[in-house]
Amino acid sequence: MVAWRWLRPGHLGTEADRATFRTLHTASLMTASLRTGLTTSSAERSVKHLRSLLATPAVALTDTQGLLAWDGRFGHHAEQTGKLAERAVADGGTTIRDRRDLGCVDPACSIRKVVITPLTVEERVVGTLQVFSSGASAGLVRATEEVALWVSGQLELAELDASRTRMMEAEVRALRAQISPHFVYNALNAIASFVRTDPDRARDLLVDFADFTRYSFQRHGEFTTLEEELRSIERYLVLEQARFGDRLAVTLRIAPEVLPVTIPVLSLQPLVENAVRHGLAQKAGTGRITILAEDFDREAVISVEDDGVGEDPERVRRALAGDVSMDSIGLGNVDERLRSAFGDEYGLVVETAPGAGTKVTVRVPKFAAGVRP
Amino acid sequence: MNDAFAIVAILTVSLVTLAVGAFGLRISRTTSDFYVASRAISPALNASAISGEYLSAASFLGVAGLVLARGADMLWYPVGWTAGYLILLVFVAAPLRRSRAYTLPDFAEFRVESVPARKVASALVVLIGVLYLVPQFQGAGLTLRTLTGAPSWLGAVVVALVVLVNVVSGGMRSITIVQAFQYWLKLVALTFPLAFLLVHWRRDGRTTPGLHATDWIEPMQGHYAMYLTYSLILATFLGTMGLPHVVVRFYTNRDGRAARRTTVAVLGMLSVFYLLPPLYGVLGRVYTSDLIASGKTDSVVLELPGRLLGGSAGELLTALLGAGAFAAFLSTSSGLVVSVGGVIGQDLLGRWFDGVTAFRIAGAVGALVTLGLTLLSSGLAVAHAVELAFAVAASTFCPLLLLGIWWRGLTARGAIAGLVVGGGLSASAVLATMLGASPAGWFGAVLAQPALCTVPIAFATMIGGSLLTKGRLPAHLGQTMVRLHTPEDVELDRGNYHPEGAVGG
Repeated sequence: MVAWRWLRPGHLGTEADRATFRTLHTASLMTASLRTGLTTSSAERSVKHLRSLLATPAVALTDTQGLLAWDGRFGHHAEQTGKLAERAVADGGTTIRDRRDLGCVDPACSIRKVVITPLTVEERVVGTLQVFSSGASAGLVRATEEVALWVSGQLELAELDASRTRMMEAEVRALRAQISPHFVYNALNAIASFVRTDPDRARDLLVDFADFTRYSFQRHGEFTTLEEELRSIERYLVLEQARFGDRLAVTLRIAPEVLPVTIPVLSLQPLVENAVRHGLAQKAGTGRITILAEDFDREAVISVEDDGVGEDPERVRRALAGDVSMDSIGLGNVDERLRSAFGDEYGLVVETAPGAGTKVTVRVPKFAAGVRP
Repeated sequence: MNDAFAIVAILTVSLVTLAVGAFGLRISRTTSDFYVASRAISPALNASAISGEYLSAASFLGVAGLVLARGADMLWYPVGWTAGYLILLVFVAAPLRRSRAYTLPDFAEFRVESVPARKVASALVVLIGVLYLVPQFQGAGLTLRTLTGAPSWLGAVVVALVVLVNVVSGGMRSITIVQAFQYWLKLVALTFPLAFLLVHWRRDGRTTPGLHATDWIEPMQGHYAMYLTYSLILATFLGTMGLPHVVVRFYTNRDGRAARRTTVAVLGMLSVFYLLPPLYGVLGRVYTSDLIASGKTDSVVLELPGRLLGGSAGELLTALLGAGAFAAFLSTSSGLVVSVGGVIGQDLLGRWFDGVTAFRIAGAVGALVTLGLTLLSSGLAVAHAVELAFAVAASTFCPLLLLGIWWRGLTARGAIAGLVVGGGLSASAVLATMLGASPAGWFGAVLAQPALCTVPIAFATMIGGSLLTKGRLPAHLGQTMVRLHTPEDVELDRGNYHPEGAVGG
């Protein structure tokens, strides 16, 4: 399809224009694989495009010690790329080796020179681009250096993606450790008040407290099931109810069909904590929390609603945008994790207004291709 | 009016189905019973729901009709439809659950990591769904005609309308308890009249030469009997795992182990149920052998109480059977339309409409197209028509599931090639048969029961295609296989997923 368009004369401008388009297109083909970092599979997928860009008999990509991918003729040179890479990494700059260095005795082999340029990420050499050709013109050396620079740029972006993911994981860890000291203090106080009057209930509450902290502090796993998350939420609500008594009314309506849905760990609990806080704080009388989980064929829809004082939508917008000064526990973090796991259309939906309560809705697909262990 | 009972029964079943779909069954849990709110569905309940959705017009009416007309060989239908779950239990149930795929296209995308493979699988889900729906609508027409004398198209239109209204008014959720109830309704609706009929037969002591006819009582009679029987066995044994409305139910299981337990329970429930239809067939052979000549064998279950008992007892039992039959059409049709509508809505219309609108349009289109196809079709025996849908499932999703789960070498291109070849061949044969083509000789036998040819071809294509593209194994193959085959409570590094019940949580 694309080739056919190029063949049509006069459609895409002059020959020079078309050459530019071709180059840009080849570059864009490599972007996706290089953005996953420098690995054997990404190197294999991009090396043939690199060769078509440079128009030489053979091109190799290596890491700092050995070959990752080779494209082109004269494959007997492939085994030398590791040694060449090691020397280039030690040198740190572009080097040119000739046939003598390669020690080639094959009379049919037309490789005379090899241009080796290091690939760098954050000023650290991570691999080399090696271009094998019959001669090493200044133009080829320049082109090789430019291409290596571009590849390095893509690899830096990949590094950036990875560090963004790492940062989000760190945030989750922080969120897990973030059981509010007030909650611990209040829960233990509430349990203490039952020790004499109702020892059995006190014991049950202590077990709930232990299980709740165990779930919230667990270190491994980024995903869990809705069933597991809801169980922890129930424990949390039982503890809060021990403290608030009749002031906190809870309705849970869960379609059992959606319990096996996979969700990011601790993605609902912060919403419930917020609801308890907003549903009861600054309000006289009973506060009601309603938690619904409904089955919609391919999706589960979960909503957490309170009839508290509500919130200014503008402040919610800022909390979702990640403003840490806001009084909402991890709302922005939950939103971001849902989006990164399931896609941008699966963010949080918050309906609120001053005096009208708050309803937070989460949609979760039953199957997400991106969520794999 | 002697068919008043029947009309009331059918109306009741239809209205109850509509009401449940429209209002949902809202099970509200308040603070007092917290821990009940998030308890997973038990394997026994889930098994009832699977059986309720699975037992269709073919099982309720068709099997008895085929046994009446053609005798012993036809017992392979109920046997195969049950044994399909044995294959499912042994090879597929637990790994499929562990894959956390909801639909068959999800599994295709998960295993071979290819969006084109997903699209092909989606198209096949629609195809199998429609092929399976046609006999349901056809059975409804036949039931209404037998009970009230109304023209056959009317029953088909009634079921299509009920399903349509149900889906459009928000019946996207298929509620487990409702489906589970359908199984017990169908079982009672078939058992209760049968008890009366058998008692009557015993008192009567009647027998007919038809019962001892060689071509009825002996297996493997007629032309190409060997081929036809083995083809039938292959289609029913291997087709069950490829039924879109059955597979989605396995998602409700908590883990692989629960999926296996559910499947065992389904095997038990189906074994009990399938004892009944052949008895109706035998009774029909004694009392209603005139149906064979008139070609209305599918209505034997509904005819028997009136003929044997007569009077208001007969009418009441007929009404019960009619209600059971309509429950069968409605539950299976709803499950299928939801599956088909979900696929069309997501993969075809999702670009232009939002989720719910797309689903409703898709469900409506699905139901109406099927209705059209039903009116065009040549009136094949209901059970045979359903079995043809099994043949397509066996020639497409069976190789995908078995190879995908048990063979590392399956590649995206191999899978697509197998799905296209298997689906193309089997669907052509099935459509030709449904529209009335029945050439003589071997070719006719292959058209009537394509599975024995198309299943091996599909497997061969999938394996051959994968071997040719050996270099293109999916990127996360190792992780995928670990996830499919490791029980959830085994402790190992699963990356970012923390399954229920793993040690050291």
